[in-house]
Amino acid sequence: MKAKIHVTLKQGILDPQGKAIEHALDSLGFKNANNVRVGKYMEVDVSETDKAKADAAVKAMCEKLLANTIVEEYRYELTA
Amino acid sequence: MKIGVVVFPGSNCDHDCQHIFKDVLGQYVEMIWHKETLLTGLDAIVLPGGFSYGDYLRTGAIARFSPVMGAVKEFAKKGGMVLGICNGFQILLEAGLLPGAMLRNKSVHFICKDVSVKVENAATAFTGVCRSGHVLKIPIAHADGNYYTDPVMLAAMQANAQIVLRYCTPEGKVTSEANPNGSLDNIAGIINAEGNVLGMMPHPERCSEAVLGNDEGKLIFLSMLESLKGNKKQLKMVGA
Repeated sequence: MKAKIHVTLKQGILDPQGKAIEHALDSLGFKNANNVRVGKYMEVDVSETDKAKADAAVKAMCEKLLANTIVEEYRYELTA
Repeated sequence: MKIGVVVFPGSNCDHDCQHIFKDVLGQYVEMIWHKETLLTGLDAIVLPGGFSYGDYLRTGAIARFSPVMGAVKEFAKKGGMVLGICNGFQILLEAGLLPGAMLRNKSVHFICKDVSVKVENAATAFTGVCRSGHVLKIPIAHADGNYYTDPVMLAAMQANAQIVLRYCTPEGKVTSEANPNGSLDNIAGIINAEGNVLGMMPHPERCSEAVLGNDEGKLIFLSMLESLKGNKKQLKMVGA
């Protein structure tokens, strides 16, 4: 199964990269771009056919390594 | 004393740490490759600065799972002295040996310059030779030094004197202007509740020799040696 994982900073955590990009967009004339936040996107091929097992595996990967749960949160979707 | 300096793939301040302990302070230094799982006979362990695993995913995120970290955690659990400098501090945070996490510098820049840090707690094993309020000039060189922890942990650390070094003006005033990276409460260095694991973002190993124009960083290493000598004396008196 294929996992598509998004890891983002928790709301309320300062995102200076997002701010820098927001300012750049503003300079380019995109006055309607607000609250830019930057995250990570990862894809993992999970060698499990059972969806529950795959889900548990990806959750464990996120909790243990892919996200620092002190300052980040994650979400993922699994497709066959 | 026997000091172990851990070398991860991408560490680049390991030789400076070795040089200070071995050539400047005359101690025995063992360089420990990150794959070592057995650590014996060490009095202190140093996790040096650098870019372990290229800072891939998050700085320190992969190094914290290196084989050697099991032994480092055991050593720390038994009260062994562990110093994490810059990337070493980041690895200690990811490994949970110190509370909190590092964020990207507020300015998004990699900052490489001398800063002033105030010794807020001169009663630790790493600052015993300093006086309380002592201002040290030490260089920083990092992109992810913006320390963060939740309000509950911060309050606990403040109450427990776990904030050891804070960014300040050369006169010792802790101000937001003196904060180079947006770090919470101007935190530059913290210690664990047990007092044996310290992490600091500035690089004392880059300013421990007078010939380089600044040897204020040496006070951190001298404090460590004094503390270790004190421990050995205690063991001797107890007849160990």
